[in-house]
Amino acid sequence: MKNLLTIRREWLLLGIIVVIALAVGARAPVFLTLRNGMDIANDSAILAILVMGQMMVLLTRGIDLSVASNLALTGMVCALVGKAFPGVNIVILIAIALAVGALLGSVNGWLITGFNLPPIVVTLGTLSAYRGAIFVASKGAWISDQDIHVAIKGLPREVWLGLPALVWFALIVLALSAVFLKLRKEGREIYALGGNPHAATYVGISVPSRLRLVYTLSGMLAGLAGLLWVGRYSIAYTELAAGYELTVVAACVIGGVSIGGGVGTVLGAALGVLFIGVVNGALPVIQVSPFWQQAISGAVILISVTVNSRSERRAGRQILERQGVLA
Amino acid sequence: MKAWNTWERVLLALLVLLLVVFGITQPGFMSADTLADSTFNFSEKGLLALAIALLIVCGEIDLSIAAILALCSLAMGYSMRAGLGPWGIAGAALVTGVVAGGFNGVLVTRYKLPSIVVTIGTLSLYRGLALVVLGDQSISGYPEVFSTLGNSYLGEVIGVRWLIVPIEFVLLCVFALAVGLVLHRTIMGRRIYAIGANPVAARFSGIEADRYRFALFVFAGLMAAVAAILLTGRIGSTRPNIAMGWELDAITMVILGGVAIEGGRGSIVGTMLAVLILGLFTFGMGMANVTGIVMSMVIGILLIVSMVLPRMLKRQRAHE
Repeated sequence: MKNLLTIRREWLLLGIIVVIALAVGARAPVFLTLRNGMDIANDSAILAILVMGQMMVLLTRGIDLSVASNLALTGMVCALVGKAFPGVNIVILIAIALAVGALLGSVNGWLITGFNLPPIVVTLGTLSAYRGAIFVASKGAWISDQDIHVAIKGLPREVWLGLPALVWFALIVLALSAVFLKLRKEGREIYALGGNPHAATYVGISVPSRLRLVYTLSGMLAGLAGLLWVGRYSIAYTELAAGYELTVVAACVIGGVSIGGGVGTVLGAALGVLFIGVVNGALPVIQVSPFWQQAISGAVILISVTVNSRSERRAGRQILERQGVLA
Repeated sequence: MKAWNTWERVLLALLVLLLVVFGITQPGFMSADTLADSTFNFSEKGLLALAIALLIVCGEIDLSIAAILALCSLAMGYSMRAGLGPWGIAGAALVTGVVAGGFNGVLVTRYKLPSIVVTIGTLSLYRGLALVVLGDQSISGYPEVFSTLGNSYLGEVIGVRWLIVPIEFVLLCVFALAVGLVLHRTIMGRRIYAIGANPVAARFSGIEADRYRFALFVFAGLMAAVAAILLTGRIGSTRPNIAMGWELDAITMVILGGVAIEGGRGSIVGTMLAVLILGLFTFGMGMANVTGIVMSMVIGILLIVSMVLPRMLKRQRAHE
C-alpha cells in the first residue's frame, strides 16, 4: 500500500515536471531543444550528487546542514593542491576530494554518535566551522580561473559517449546509491533505523555505525561535488555555495524524502532535483525575473510537504482531535 | 524549570572571563562607552534569540525568522512610500510579522507538519518574496524617529546625560525580562516546558498544545518585526538581503545558552548570557581586527564544544 502511494507520488511529480517543460516549450520552443536539456542536466548534476548524500542522512531522521561548507572547503583544498603541485593528475585530485569530504563528514558522524548530540546542532556548528576553515586555508584570497589546475577545469568540460562528464558523475552516484539502498544490507538497515530506531536496535542493527556511515557518505559526496563545482565555475573562494544546503534539503523534500526519516527513494529525490533544475532553467526563458527562483522553491517545499503529510501522518499523535477537521 | 542552574553559572563565569581577557588585551574595551556601543551589534539578534528560545523549549524551531525580518523591513519601506507616518510604518511591520509567523503556525498546527521543514520552506518563500519585490534595489529615507530608535541612547532622549544605554539594548532587556517572567514564573511558561518535554503527555493533561505552538510562532513573527524596526532604523535602509543568515546566529545563541534542542529544557537567563557572550566576543574580536568569517568559525566550534563538554563531564562523573 505504502509502496503504491510512493510510486504514484513520483509519477505525479514527473507529470508536473513534464507539464512545466511543455508549457514553457510552447511559449519558447528553444526550451525543448536537446542543447537546453543538456544545460539543465549539467546544472542539476552537482545538486543530484549532494542530494543523494543528504537523502541518506534524512532517512536516518538526521539532517546535514554542513554540506555546502564541506563542498566549499574541499573545493578550496583541491584548488590549493592543484595550484601547489602542477604535476598532480585528476585521479589523485578526485581521491583527495573524496577523502577530505569523507573526513569532514565523519567528524559530524563522530560528534553525533560519540556524544549523542542532535544532528541539526552539530552540523550547524560544523557549517560555520568549515566555512571559517576555508578562509584560514586560503588566507581569504580568491583562487581564480588562471590558478585553477587544468585538470580540475577540464573535468566538467569532458564529454564521454555524448554525455557531459558531470552528468556521468551524477548518474554513477545515483546508480550506486540505488544499489546501496535497495540491495545492500547496510542500505536496508538505514531505512529500518529511520523508520523506528528502537526496533532497529532490538533487531541487532548497530545504529551508531550506520549513522557514522551516512554522515561520512554525505561528506564524501559533498567533497566530490566540491571538486566538480570548482571545476565548473573555475573559481574557489570563501563564500562559495553559501546557503546551498537549503537547496539540497529542498530538493529532497520536493522529491518526497521525509524529514521524519525512513521514507524516500533515489528516483523521487532525483525528480526533486530535476524539478528545481527545470524551474530554474525555465524562468529566464519565459523572461521571469530570476529572483522568483527562491520564492518558487519555497512555495513548492510547502506544497509538497503538505501533500506528503496526508499519506504519512502518524496516528495517535494528537488526541481529542475534533472529527472531520483534518480530513 | 529553574532559571538559575549550573549551566547559567558556567556562562556567567565565561562572560566574566571574556570581559577580563578583552579588558586586558584590548585597551579601551572596558570603558562604558565602548561597552554601550558593543550592544548595537547584538540587540536585534538577541530579540530573535528570545523568540527562538521559547520555540525550542516548546519543541519547535523557526528558521524563517530572519526572512520574516526582511519581509517586515520591506513592509516598512512600502508603507513609507504609500505615505504613512511613523506609527503606520511600524504598524505595517508588526502586522507583517504577525501574518508571516501566523502562517508558519497554521502550517505546523493545522497540517501537523514538522516545523523545521515548514520554516525551511517559508525561509525560501519569504526571502524570495523580498527578492522578487526589491530585486537589487533598496529603500531608504525613513523618518528621523526610526534612526533615533536604532542609533540613540536612552539618556539623550529622556535628558539624563550619564545614561549611555542604547535604546535598542533597553528594549532587548525589557523583552527579555517579560519573556523570562512568562517562561519561569507563570503557568503558561510551565506548560511550554511540558509541551516541549512530552507533547503527548501534555496533551493528555489538558494543555491545548497547538494553541501554544501557534501563539509562539506568532510571537516569533512579532519579535522579527520589532527587530526589523530597530535594524531598519539603525542602518537606515531596506535591502532584500537584510539580516541574511541571522536565524543561525540566533539559534547558536539559544543553544549555547543551554536550551536543549530536543525541547523541554533551558532558560531565558542562559539565553541572555549567551547573547551577551557571543555579542561581546564578536565585538572584541572585531576590535582585534579578526575577520567576521573567522569569528563565525570560532562561534561554530564554541557551539559544538558547549554541547560536548557537559556530556564529557557527565560521563567522567559516571566513571568515578
